[in-house]
Amino acid sequence: MMAALKAYPQMLKTGFAEAVAYRAEFLIWMFATNMPLVMLAIWAAAARSGPIAGYSQTGFTAYYLCALLVRLMTGAWVVWELTMDIRQGTFALQLLRPINPLWQRSADNLAAIPMRGIVALPVVGILLWLARGELSHDPLQWLLLCPALMGAWLLYFLVQASIGTLALRFESASSLFDAWLGFSNILSGYLIPLDLFPRAVRDIALFLPFRFQLSYPIELMLGRWSRGEALELLAAQWAYVALFFMITRFAWRSGLRHYAAYGG
Amino acid sequence: MIEVEHLRKWYRVHRREPGLKAALRSLLHRPYEDVKAVEDISFSIGAGERVGFLGPNGAGKTTTLKVLAGLLHPTEGRVAVGGFLPQERAREFLTQITLVMGQKQQLLWDLPPSETFALNRAIYDIPRAQYEETVAELTALLELAPLLGKPTRQLSLGERMKCELAVALLHRPKVLFLDEPTIGLDVSMQATVRTFVRAYNERFSATVILTSHYMEDVAALCPRVMVIDKGRLIFDGALPDLIRRVRPDKRVLLRLSKPVEQRDLLPLGTIISQNDAEVIIQVSQEGLQASVARALSTLPLRDLTVEDPPLEEVMRDLFAQGNAA
Repeated sequence: MMAALKAYPQMLKTGFAEAVAYRAEFLIWMFATNMPLVMLAIWAAAARSGPIAGYSQTGFTAYYLCALLVRLMTGAWVVWELTMDIRQGTFALQLLRPINPLWQRSADNLAAIPMRGIVALPVVGILLWLARGELSHDPLQWLLLCPALMGAWLLYFLVQASIGTLALRFESASSLFDAWLGFSNILSGYLIPLDLFPRAVRDIALFLPFRFQLSYPIELMLGRWSRGEALELLAAQWAYVALFFMITRFAWRSGLRHYAAYGG
Repeated sequence: MIEVEHLRKWYRVHRREPGLKAALRSLLHRPYEDVKAVEDISFSIGAGERVGFLGPNGAGKTTTLKVLAGLLHPTEGRVAVGGFLPQERAREFLTQITLVMGQKQQLLWDLPPSETFALNRAIYDIPRAQYEETVAELTALLELAPLLGKPTRQLSLGERMKCELAVALLHRPKVLFLDEPTIGLDVSMQATVRTFVRAYNERFSATVILTSHYMEDVAALCPRVMVIDKGRLIFDGALPDLIRRVRPDKRVLLRLSKPVEQRDLLPLGTIISQNDAEVIIQVSQEGLQASVARALSTLPLRDLTVEDPPLEEVMRDLFAQGNAA
């Protein structure tokens, strides 16, 4: 781990160089992350005659712009890369390096944040212009947003890494991730705020890990919780991060024992 | 440096007949079978040796190489490389080895090779001074200077392979696993790679294990060869011994100052090819002396050379014998 941390600054530099090399593709991918804007248009129209579950038109604007920001700042794509590298056989060469290849993958994903910022910054401007009044006024909650976004990204990354690692045994795992993504889009609050679900579904969704990938940072930005509650939720989020770290570690070790290194 | 005892590696693979019916059947019942890729192989290789793994496709060469590199766990048997169990993938082990696969690359596709160099420097924690010295040395030996700043995707296959070799050797590994390193390269680039590998082996006393379908690679680089067929080690020794065992005959190459009749050549041995200026005759080991003496006394010779049969033919005969058995 110390060796990986020592090498991490260079990994970030390389990751940034790659993000710049793929800049056009990258920007197109980010602009394609437009689902929150589509949902905003639908719900804003629905809320024209009055608030829905406490969300006015401005409330929906604030929610979905925050959702767009969180999604832009917590993007990860390790599951597709892992699956492709394992199937094509190039993973074998990465595995022979003395640092776990997932470190490099994480650096690649993190190093793209400045590029994501290019798209995220105008969203912040629009958010402040249109829905400033809906945002939290508590500086501590904004401070908590940093570890919450980090936790959300780690959760997203580790879920992908643990599922991608299954390709070491089963050749392909991306369809399993597609299933996860289906649940995640609904239960993380990406498509619909969790407040709009029936109470029973909402109560379950609030305990599941999906919520901590997206909804929790949005809830912080919108000041939905007291300071104490926000801190408790942060602890819960990082407990999920720890859980998925253990799952990834287990899946990795077990996968390597079954790895057949085909394709080379 | 490398100890292998009774290594077995079996793969469990799903078997399915072609067609829709079989596809539907496989939803309910998935039959598996064990494929014995490597079957009870034992050998040892000393530090600084250059060894060639020979064998037809699917013989188990690459599987053995992957077990030695720690990519695959042995099904049975014991493997030790430099005192480490490869499958444990200890950092100290991984910093001592490298694997170059002619058909796979570790260079970052859209960035210049110098970026992968810098990344590997960090990953292998190579001291700055040693890194700069190694890069300078590799750049000179492989003539990399004009290549290091170009995106990898814009390099030719040969240029890419030279950079692949360099990036794989930046950390000065003590064991080199080379899997078809010259595949697809032209003759001159193949020679460059061979010369370079030999120079690296001599400079750092590194152990080299090579698999290649180009017999020239093996003949030029490897004093010792191991022949693997159907997962079993069927020969381990010096290349000339393998040739003598499989093809004890010799080839006599005659260069003529004027054309001769075929009947003048027949007493010397079996004619392999003949034209006005050059004749190749296959002669048994026992009849060699008499045939050479007769050729020197009866034919208008400009030159006479005695050679072993081409290695490709030796291997073809060896595997044909194996198949017949």
